[in-house]
Amino acid sequence: MTEDSKTYAYFLGCITPNRFPGIEASTKKILKGFEIETKEMVGASCCPAPGVFGSFDMHTWLPIAARNLAIAEEMDLDIVVSCNGCYGSLQEADHLLKEHPKLREETNEILGKFGREFKGTTTVSHIIVVLHDVIGLDRIKEQIKKPMNDVNVAVHYGCHFLKPREVRGHGSSETPYILEDLMKVTGAKIPEYKDKLMCCGAGGGNRTADSVQSLEWMRQKLVSAIESGCDCMVHPCAFCHLQLDRGQTEMEQAFGIFFNFPILFATQFMGLALGLSQEEVGLDKQTTTIPEKILK
Amino acid sequence: MGTLYEDIVARGGEVFGEEHMETLRECVQCGKCTGSCPSGRNTALRTRTLFQMALVDLREEIFNSPELWFCTTCYTCYERCPKGVKTTDIIRTIRNLAAREGHMSVPHRMIGVYVLKTGHAVPIGPDQMKLREAVGLESQPPTTQKHKDQLEQVQTIFRETGYDAMIDFNWDAMTLKGMEKKGGKK
Repeated sequence: MTEDSKTYAYFLGCITPNRFPGIEASTKKILKGFEIETKEMVGASCCPAPGVFGSFDMHTWLPIAARNLAIAEEMDLDIVVSCNGCYGSLQEADHLLKEHPKLREETNEILGKFGREFKGTTTVSHIIVVLHDVIGLDRIKEQIKKPMNDVNVAVHYGCHFLKPREVRGHGSSETPYILEDLMKVTGAKIPEYKDKLMCCGAGGGNRTADSVQSLEWMRQKLVSAIESGCDCMVHPCAFCHLQLDRGQTEMEQAFGIFFNFPILFATQFMGLALGLSQEEVGLDKQTTTIPEKILK
Repeated sequence: MGTLYEDIVARGGEVFGEEHMETLRECVQCGKCTGSCPSGRNTALRTRTLFQMALVDLREEIFNSPELWFCTTCYTCYERCPKGVKTTDIIRTIRNLAAREGHMSVPHRMIGVYVLKTGHAVPIGPDQMKLREAVGLESQPPTTQKHKDQLEQVQTIFRETGYDAMIDFNWDAMTLKGMEKKGGKK
């Protein structure tokens, strides 16, 4: 399978399909518009979350991830994801299993209990990489229906899209460019802001176990984006979306302040620019409201 | 059981390779990890201290320290370490060792319960099914929560690796032992 294969196995994970289906819908609609097909991965599970299950038990994390990879291999397709957690887990597992034959053998012993096998024949890509490298900026630019010229976007990468760079392969994690390129194609401005490269605060089990600390962390990030004159935040991670969007309600409960700072997944923002409606990309049914400036 | 350093190399080595884990020994205590740490800005997590504690074998102190769990695995220190210490993977390995010795919070153990019951750390409910329909998707995705035979494969993995015993899971009630009344049985 090559970079220009036109069908992907879409690994949904948990938060994309089960909390923010607008991310799934906008991803599928955009890819379809550029004649890229997505196929459902029947029987896929949680990736499982790299900072969570990876922190509790690597030896459970790995075979669950390998099972998901094996499903795509059985479909003879490369994988596309819409969450940095899924990207982190599946790509890291794929990397480790391809690098370490003994580990692959041990993992396949477990998968063999139910007739599956990791063979190492798929690759794991992320929707923003498909947009940037497979579809390409020129083709996207031709299709922009609603230029975002007067919109200031705070770009947020999350963590596991860029890092560790030795596995991800998107260059320096200190000077990323993929989201910036995609935003520029829509006409949006991308001001720098203090905490641009900072984590959303949710990962590694922190959102689950110590939510106030995790929310305070996010609060600082949002304040720094707002202070730099940004109108919204655009990111490539369903898990960050849960924290940054839903978390603003929790922040109100914890600190008594509601920012209502608009949070958009990359394909939701791109979908609007390509002419999809707010309803089609599910932005009418989340915590933060999207201003006219972005919708019109 | 060896020293904590030996256990980190052995345990993490099984997945990442021993060389990867042995980078812990290269730590020169410069503190760039702590300086880079977004968690340390708000919490008492001091990554440099954590590594020094690991190197001088303060096993119980690390395992009982709440700060061990304040790392979000953001990899900022991993990217910046001038000595190439594989920081985040070392922290995750220390957590693995701590979890196996019973140091795991109830909320963290509960994540395992959701995955054991549905295959998802974040399962779907009726309200979210309506959200899916509103954007033109099938009400339920074709994942483990919909296909029980597929879910059983994930449950098999948990049994094979002993994760169920590690979190004290009650298969009859499908929840944590001791939480049967409050939680689980449907």
